[in-house]
Amino acid sequence: MENQFLIDSDELTPAALEKKHRLENDPSSRTDHMKYMEGQQVIRSDIREKVMSAVESYDPSAYKANDVMRALQKQSLSVEDLKALLSPAAEPFLEQMAERARIETRKHFGNTVYLFTPLYIANYCENYCVYCGFNCYNKIRRMKLNMEQIEHEMKVIADSGMEEILILTGESKTMSDINYIGEACKLARKYFRMVGIEIYPVNVEDYKYLHECGVDYVTVFQETYDTEKYETLHLMGHKRVWPYRFDAQERALMGGMRGVAGSALLGLSDFRKDALASALHMYYLQRKYPHAEISLSCPRLRPIINNGRINPRDVGEKQLCQILCAYRIFLPFAGITVSSRESKTFRDGIVKIAATKISAGVSTGIGDHESKYTGKENPEEGDEQFEISDARSFKQMYSDMSDEGLQPVLNDYLYV
Amino acid sequence: MENDKLVIAGHEFSSRFILGSGKYSLSLIEAAVKYAGAEIITCAVRRANTKEHENILDFIPKGVTLLPNTSGARNADEAVRIARLARELGCGDFVKVEIMRDTKYLLPDNAETIRATEILAKEGFIVMPYMYPDLNTARDLVNAGAATVMPLASPIGSNKGLATRDFIQILIDEIDLPIIVDAGIGRPSQACEAMEMGAAAVMSNTALATAGDLPTMAEAFRKAVEAGRQAYLSGLGRVLVRGASPSDTLTGFLRD
Repeated sequence: MENQFLIDSDELTPAALEKKHRLENDPSSRTDHMKYMEGQQVIRSDIREKVMSAVESYDPSAYKANDVMRALQKQSLSVEDLKALLSPAAEPFLEQMAERARIETRKHFGNTVYLFTPLYIANYCENYCVYCGFNCYNKIRRMKLNMEQIEHEMKVIADSGMEEILILTGESKTMSDINYIGEACKLARKYFRMVGIEIYPVNVEDYKYLHECGVDYVTVFQETYDTEKYETLHLMGHKRVWPYRFDAQERALMGGMRGVAGSALLGLSDFRKDALASALHMYYLQRKYPHAEISLSCPRLRPIINNGRINPRDVGEKQLCQILCAYRIFLPFAGITVSSRESKTFRDGIVKIAATKISAGVSTGIGDHESKYTGKENPEEGDEQFEISDARSFKQMYSDMSDEGLQPVLNDYLYV
Repeated sequence: MENDKLVIAGHEFSSRFILGSGKYSLSLIEAAVKYAGAEIITCAVRRANTKEHENILDFIPKGVTLLPNTSGARNADEAVRIARLARELGCGDFVKVEIMRDTKYLLPDNAETIRATEILAKEGFIVMPYMYPDLNTARDLVNAGAATVMPLASPIGSNKGLATRDFIQILIDEIDLPIIVDAGIGRPSQACEAMEMGAAAVMSNTALATAGDLPTMAEAFRKAVEAGRQAYLSGLGRVLVRGASPSDTLTGFLRD
């Protein structure tokens, strides 16, 4: 078997187990991952072809130290230069890359660092993505907050001082439909200055609706740009359709969103190619929609339930740092977010080099902000998607960042 | 020099150095203003759109004129709404119109800037539009009611200096409003050069924010701006293009 993710919950019925095993072992039982499902909007776009042709021709081992040095001396980098900076040949130049990245970050963002927190409002999911803690075959406590519970969570978070929120759901259109998410976003606008979403990809009309509900930023993770690998990891559900997911950010911009974010989940496939694809995806989006704000994240695989049996391709901290420096030098104006999957030490270091935004006061569980923020127990909590590493509270993060000589920014946004 | 004032819509300023505020720690604003000798400081309205937690507005020293900017606006309508919000927030009547629909270089949209300037000037704002140095646009801005014209020297944050030097010179020569050079000034010598050219003032943010020691750099800019202004007022000496003056003049053959 190609990957080590597959886990059987002891609560699955024999029929469910049979289906699960068939999906895992018999590729012919799976749908065509390149074919749109009914209701999934097709847009005319050349971005996918541009990104993928660059990625397909990318051979990281073909680049030499000279290519890296040449790239670092340029003011404005070409796609070829980016490829060099992401290659193994650039690893010995990490310090020089960090120096250049730091200069670019300071020029475009000064010493500011933006703070935000995610809020998971539901963890129901209809997809079978073998590496994800929320996947529909995993035995976890499922939960969907009602509006009252959502408002309560928002109050707790807003009271901590946070002004920007990212609303997340598992990918279930039936349990977390677009109106449910829209209502949650309307509530969020009451408590926060800036509302982003990270939900299942939707059509332009739905993005338009969510924008009207107060959302201005859409994050979608492609997981991997390696379509063949994607096919073996996303075995069932609407998420299986790779191209529909790829076009999500563009549909969001067409729906009026101010900005979009994306990335591969580094470690699922060849991370150098995935990093290249992530950067180029955002690069070509901004070229086509020059007014769009773009942002890159950099998730790596982190432990989830059944951690002991997972063995992803490793992306070490040095590799991650190399990727983020390459992003920054190639896209000096792009936002770069580093999540709480990363350690305090890594985040404290990387915000001085390349990152512009970090989360604080994070929970990836459902309805547990009060217990996490105040210690007040709540028996009704949904399980977490993944374990975080940096559990610093908003207040702690604010003072830590100030101590690092950085200016925390809680909001840089106006709804106009 | 003592009576040399920068006059913007009837308001007099002794300092010709306008300070940005968005790229360094709030706690440094006071020192920056002091060492820069600045009397005007810009502030993004969107940054001031925060709750009580360390609002940038609370860090602006008293007696300094606040120049709220409309950064984040992608068209004239958005800029107008942001300017009105600035007024509601108590930021006064000055407004720096910034309209960008390009997130990469942050270059201003001249056409939309003219439109916003016209609307805001009619509403009584003192409008200081950030623009790409184009003479026709500058004339349109004058007609739209702008109080100054603020051409960019090079892209925001680039520290590349007077890339648009010759076009700024045209604005200085042809436009009767104060020309304030904004964006891209990376070092005091460039600020000095802009002032020598006859710019009415210079604005800088990134150059200070990225300096090793901000207050020291603020002071360096103050001196450079003053030096440039002094040089301009005194009348720059002639620059000899072909080396020494020829003893045989070209016009020596003329008999009367």
